[in-house]
Amino acid sequence: MSLSAKEKVIVKDFFAKVSSRSDEIGAEALARLIVVYPQTKSYFGHWKDLSPNGAPVRKHGITVMGGVYEAVSKIDDLAGGLLNLSELHAFVLRVDPVNFKILSHCIMVVLSMLFAEEFTPQIHVAVDKFLALVALALAEKYR
Amino acid sequence: MVQWTDFERATIQSVFEKMDYDDVGPAALSRCLVVYPWTQRYFGNFGNLYNAAAIQGNPMVAAHGKTVLHGLDRAVKNMDDIKATYAELSVLHSEKLRVDPDNFRLLADCLTIVVAARMGAAFTADVQRAFQKFLAVVVSSLGKQYH
Repeated sequence: MSLSAKEKVIVKDFFAKVSSRSDEIGAEALARLIVVYPQTKSYFGHWKDLSPNGAPVRKHGITVMGGVYEAVSKIDDLAGGLLNLSELHAFVLRVDPVNFKILSHCIMVVLSMLFAEEFTPQIHVAVDKFLALVALALAEKYR
Repeated sequence: MVQWTDFERATIQSVFEKMDYDDVGPAALSRCLVVYPWTQRYFGNFGNLYNAAAIQGNPMVAAHGKTVLHGLDRAVKNMDDIKATYAELSVLHSEKLRVDPDNFRLLADCLTIVVAARMGAAFTADVQRAFQKFLAVVVSSLGKQYH
């Protein structure tokens, strides 16, 4: 599965449109990740505060969303463009790739909540494909 | 047996009580057919499914979306034994309809996205967790009679 030229435009336009709330999206998505999928907390044992609305979770959600926006800017070559991030996730963080899918779902739930009118099925499928390709690029260096 | 907290029971009842089935059913099924196009394989006799607009305007998709959503009513009313409640439906989906059970999960994800859109801020993380737990039990029960 790859993004068509049209889908790349859809993804870039949509993320540009929602960029003013990107921090909120990221914080909310990560909060949902640890509430709805508690097993993901296993990666954050080093945080004193694991409450969904606490500072560490919100700050990290913003960081992760920054990564998503970096991916949007490198949409024409995700595997190449996200090499550093892939190495980070593969060798340092060692996040099981199944969690990329789970986080993608949480991001899309938040997008649907905050942008109900705009997150049409056509945009949903392009964003879903994009996030799946980002996940694939992040897993590039795993083995 | 699945254990439900009071919050989870109340949440599921409340979400489904407030739901507009005529809106959410068609929206969830049509979204599933658009986002996961291979699911269209089960609807060969539904006519025009050639693009997103056609799918979203298709009256057979809309009607079937309502049917499927109302299918969840039994689980909402029998939360303590969803597995037994859906045994027959599971056999139907396996033997007669021959639906790959992974599709239940795909539709459940689309339903979650649609409900999130309708409920907005009311779809809190705790509500999402309860709702997805409910759907996970439904999905598992529907897959139980596949052999």
